[in-house]
Amino acid sequence: MASHYEAPIRKPLVLGDKGYHDVTVDIAAPVEGRANRQWWIVFSISLAAFLWGIGCIVYTISTGIGSWGLNKTVNWAWDITNFVWWVGIGHAGTLISAVLLLFRQKWRMAINRSAEAMTIFSVIQAGLFPIIHMGRPWLAYWVLPIPNQFGSLWVNFNSPLLWDVFAISTYLSVSLVFWWTGLLPDFAMIRDRAVLPFQKKIYSLLSFGWTGRAKDWQRFEEVSLVLAGLATPLVLSVHTIVSFDFATSVIPGWHTTIFPPYFVAGAVFSGFAMVNTLLIIMRKVCSLEAYITVQHIELMNIVIMITGSIVGCAYITELFMAWYSGVEYEQYAFLNRATGPYWWAYWAMMSCNVFSPQFMWFKKLRTSIMFSFFISIIVNIGMWFERFVIIVTSLHRDYLPSSWSMFSPTFIDIGTFIGTVGFFFLLFLLYARTFPVIAQAEVKTILKSSGERYKKLREAGKPLYQISGTTTVKEATAKGEDKVEETSEDTSKDVSSLLDSIGTFDASKDTADDLKKVKGIGPQMEKTLNQIGIFTFAQVSRMTEKEYNLLDSITKSFPGRAQRDDWAGQAKQLNNNQ
Amino acid sequence: MASKVLHAYYNDDDVLMHAVKKVKDAKHHIEEVYCPFPVHGLDKAMGLAPTRIAITSFMYGCLGLIVAIVMMNYIMIQDWPQDIGGKPSFSYIENMPAFVPIMFELTVFFAAHLMVITFYLRSRLWPFKKAENPDVRTTDDHFVMELAIHDNEKELKNLLMDTGAVEINVSEK
Repeated sequence: MASHYEAPIRKPLVLGDKGYHDVTVDIAAPVEGRANRQWWIVFSISLAAFLWGIGCIVYTISTGIGSWGLNKTVNWAWDITNFVWWVGIGHAGTLISAVLLLFRQKWRMAINRSAEAMTIFSVIQAGLFPIIHMGRPWLAYWVLPIPNQFGSLWVNFNSPLLWDVFAISTYLSVSLVFWWTGLLPDFAMIRDRAVLPFQKKIYSLLSFGWTGRAKDWQRFEEVSLVLAGLATPLVLSVHTIVSFDFATSVIPGWHTTIFPPYFVAGAVFSGFAMVNTLLIIMRKVCSLEAYITVQHIELMNIVIMITGSIVGCAYITELFMAWYSGVEYEQYAFLNRATGPYWWAYWAMMSCNVFSPQFMWFKKLRTSIMFSFFISIIVNIGMWFERFVIIVTSLHRDYLPSSWSMFSPTFIDIGTFIGTVGFFFLLFLLYARTFPVIAQAEVKTILKSSGERYKKLREAGKPLYQISGTTTVKEATAKGEDKVEETSEDTSKDVSSLLDSIGTFDASKDTADDLKKVKGIGPQMEKTLNQIGIFTFAQVSRMTEKEYNLLDSITKSFPGRAQRDDWAGQAKQLNNNQ
Repeated sequence: MASKVLHAYYNDDDVLMHAVKKVKDAKHHIEEVYCPFPVHGLDKAMGLAPTRIAITSFMYGCLGLIVAIVMMNYIMIQDWPQDIGGKPSFSYIENMPAFVPIMFELTVFFAAHLMVITFYLRSRLWPFKKAENPDVRTTDDHFVMELAIHDNEKELKNLLMDTGAVEINVSEK
């Protein structure tokens, strides 16, 4: 059986004196409680933005793409910028839940649910843009390779835009089932707590009748692991393929082999920034500070710092390669980015993405909640500008100077973008009110190793659990009435028989060992052992199952602890090393 | 068959694990254990066979890869070969680099979705399915061990009381 041991140097991931039931109560609270004023205010703003966006989309579709600021030189601008930006944000969720699961990072458990929700909601926003850009969105299904009435008119599998269709729909659907599978036990928790019949019905429906049998959990864990293994290359492939939209073209500034890793790093960077933005607010509004701790924010800041630096490296590599290639068009594309009419966008990108995350080297700054929030917003802005810079500055001055032009967005462009931001927050706000926002079943699995209560107990040498001496027995009789009887257990102390089998300690001949060296024996336990008469490793090493049980019955604490941590084996080694 | 079952409630995963081991040592069959979260090593302690769901996922992935290859070979090479950018579609293998992204995506798509569907069906999870946990506390902080009673109610009760069960219920199933 897994021991709950964790190095004491690791800071607790669940703060406060929390047991299993406390976790349930805390995570169900935002769902069971009522929305507060701030929630309604933010909700109304998001709803207004969303409706404005809907209006702009309707206008675009009824009037045509001409209502956007595109021209014949800059024929791709905010639509694809927003698309890539949203897809990028959508990368953190799967990264946190899949990659950090494979690396067994326990801190992911407090944030993976919301990060995955964010992923799904932002990929929905991303998907809107290509569909709107089709002009006739009701024909969007034409991107699928389905037999049709036009004879052999198939989609083109050589096109990166079609790869995008497959990559993003696979990503969205796999993220969705990954998320939902993880949600089943938590929906079941809310279902089983629900008082109102309507709520009970809804959460029964959502939880798919999750029962929590041992076999279900065994499969659940295996499925999570395999999905994580599948989602890891998938998440890397998605932004790789998005970058192919540019990299497989022959436009200077786009035609670079560095794009896939550079885009993936940028996506993780922006995704973590958005997770920070959302969770810093959510932990406050939903009172989840005990679960999403400053340590979580700090760790996310470190990821932001590292990926930001990778992105910075990529920017510099791009510049170097443009110069080193000797291709003057390539060189001009980059010179124009940094010093041309769009210099402000380039330097906004540079300062937001490369410079600002470097503040995170300072512990004081990366553990400051206000500063983290500020930087997360800056990074989101910077990453939007990165896509804008890549797309618009590469296009606006093409091979023919007579066709050079600038891009200015129309209110439709702006409105559509604001609309997706509103839609995103709308979905997230609804999610935060109705879904268990923390994967409580998973948090419970790490509570004994990383919860503050249990860390303190371990430090004090106290047992993490106690075998209850009283059992309530209920008998369902034919009439359905419960007959309740109380029984008490009686434990006998048998110190002498224990010492008989492991040998006694003679203070005149033997010297006492530091029993605390045995993992699982704390100062308290050592004292207890000494009281019984156990002082040496030799004595401990002679313990077998029988003696362990005897010990348990004497101390009445740490049942099974000695066995689990294999005190005898450890003591034998320590004895030999003396 | 109307038989009696015994539900032993525990409020701690470690206590549950001891109990499971003790009950197994006493050579009793554990019908089921309901947990609020995965308890590591419980399946082994109960003597459950390892799950084969990862193997199914591998097979589904292979199926996805085959589907991708067959589909793109038919569409791009057989049915309507096109000359795109001076790269004519004469053979699948020569044009394969362009097909790798979709081959990968469909492999993942099939492996993930069909595995999850298999999991839902095997564990009997779907919308409108009624939950079967014996007590609402099993999704909160209680663990329930279910044992079938075959004229040994007293013996089982005594055994389970020793294991630190907080509650023991006997009910008709």
